[in-house]
Amino acid sequence: MTDSGHGNLLSVTDLRTYFETEDGTVKAVDGISFELKQGETLGIVGESGSGKSVANLSLMRLIPNPPGKIVSGSIVFAGRDVLKLSPREVRKLRGKRIAMIFQDPMTSLNPFMRVSKQLMEVTRLHLGHTKKQAREHAIKMLEHVGIPDARSRVDSYPHEFSGGMRQRVMIAMALSCRPELLIADEPTTALDVTIQAQILELINSLKAETGASVILITHDLGVVAGMTDHIIVMYAGKVFEQATTTELFERPGNPYTCGLLRSVPDPTDEQGKLYQIPGLPPDLAHLPPGCPFAPRCERAEEICRREFPPYVQLTREHYSLCHFASDVYTKSQAQEGNR
Amino acid sequence: MLRFIIRRIVVIIPMLFIVVSLTWGLIRLAPGNFYTGEKKLTPAIEKNLREKYGLNRPWYVQYGKVLWNIARFDFGNSLKYEGQSVNQILFRGLPVSATLGLSAYLLALFVGITTGTLAALKQNSWIDYASMVLAMIGISIPNFVLGPLLVLIFALNLFWLPPALWNGFPSKSIVLPALTLSAIYIAYIARLTRSGMLEVMRSDYIRTARAKGLSETQVVFRHALRGGLLPVVSFSGPALAFLITGTVVVERVFALPGLGNYFINACFNRDEPLIIGIVAFIAVTVLGFNLLVDISYGFIDPRIRY
Repeated sequence: MTDSGHGNLLSVTDLRTYFETEDGTVKAVDGISFELKQGETLGIVGESGSGKSVANLSLMRLIPNPPGKIVSGSIVFAGRDVLKLSPREVRKLRGKRIAMIFQDPMTSLNPFMRVSKQLMEVTRLHLGHTKKQAREHAIKMLEHVGIPDARSRVDSYPHEFSGGMRQRVMIAMALSCRPELLIADEPTTALDVTIQAQILELINSLKAETGASVILITHDLGVVAGMTDHIIVMYAGKVFEQATTTELFERPGNPYTCGLLRSVPDPTDEQGKLYQIPGLPPDLAHLPPGCPFAPRCERAEEICRREFPPYVQLTREHYSLCHFASDVYTKSQAQEGNR
Repeated sequence: MLRFIIRRIVVIIPMLFIVVSLTWGLIRLAPGNFYTGEKKLTPAIEKNLREKYGLNRPWYVQYGKVLWNIARFDFGNSLKYEGQSVNQILFRGLPVSATLGLSAYLLALFVGITTGTLAALKQNSWIDYASMVLAMIGISIPNFVLGPLLVLIFALNLFWLPPALWNGFPSKSIVLPALTLSAIYIAYIARLTRSGMLEVMRSDYIRTARAKGLSETQVVFRHALRGGLLPVVSFSGPALAFLITGTVVVERVFALPGLGNYFINACFNRDEPLIIGIVAFIAVTVLGFNLLVDISYGFIDPRIRY
């Protein structure tokens, strides 16, 4: 929001993606803006249904239409507005310059197709590989993501791999064409904890190696803490808070973020009782006039239920969507001092 | 895999036994006999006939003979078509039925899958609605109505096609019966394809395929069709078996010399060996094609192992 696109690989402005349902218009993503610099990692955090996946599918224009539609906004990737490209030009971005890893590796690979074929498909399409080149490249990529005995396993079917291995295959596929932007949509949610760490480490090292920018979508604050430079907190299709990772963890400026941080299990806590934000995310088709978080918010006052909150700039890179952003921020600072 | 096939083939034997026994029992329970006609026979002639065809022997001897015949794949001689064995009649009727059935089958697959896929890809468009309304009509109109209707329009009014009889393949005479026969299958397959494709197109791996930058055509042909057509495969095996073993109504409407027509005549005539022969043949074919479908699953879906 401060600089206008210098050094930015991606800059999203006022993106709105709506879904038409029988229940009314669901504003899954409602006016979000963010920027991503070359080589940076951005974390997008939020509960289920907060719009984080829809936001990222919008970046690749993968929103099924109907019922979904990108209503307004701009997505400038490497100097060009993705929303203004022809379908053909968008397809040239997908898989080549922007790649995606999905949440569930068990269902994200085609169960009827050999892994080799699924990997070769990408490089033959985008890099013009011959069959032989593509095959060698596929094997190389599988070795690269740490699949043992890649040469003999390349012709296996997805079901012959474990969940973690399948996610490695997905990563190999996503990175086949050395994309400039990798979007990882909850890449570890479906995996068990030890595998989670391995996969995150893999993404990190491949990122360092290729210099790609990464968007990491998750509902797990522990995952973003160690990996990201910036974090966006999403709620009800809106950006609630945006800050550098350290700033957000140390000095959150939004009651919702505070709630999320409090609900991370703390092994040193004697009581052993886990905090949880009361209530459920709102129905996106029927949002109240005020702050969408107000009904669940501890800090909420009369104004919150009446008026939509302002997007307050707290520091140069720290924004918060709250009537009391400065109060919350000051309190966080005070708490930080006490610690 | 081989053990699975052998096991399935072995299972065919008791199934066949049950089918044949039921058929035989039902024929025997039905009143009348192959020699009962409008003219009453004298007791002497009736006695001679019963002796000649072994009808005076105890029921278990006759039943045993039926089973023994089947075990040898020799169903004996027809009672009505004199001097012709059931096997001869089977081999005469089968090519007609199989040609007609196969034509109808291929037509149904081609039209059904194309329509179903288009309807799924353009869900909630006019193509979708129109084809599903047509499919509903196709399922609802019985072929003994559709057949005469087509004859009325294309044979008796427009004079484009012959109204009946068989001129072999290829000839104009196959068009109307094949259309009549395939209508319901087209409708079924279109609906199966549509629902199968709709489900697959929403699946995660299709999203992955799109995220790779493949065009919509590539997504559909390389990634979606295979999974989307699985329900069609399970339907199409038994369907083919029923189609090629003769279709009673359509062969009757168009007076085609196929198995179905022979079957009806055999029933009217109480031609026991012919009835049992045709029933046994149909049963084996249906069971066989079901087995083929199960085997083909293994090739279509690599996750399935026997």
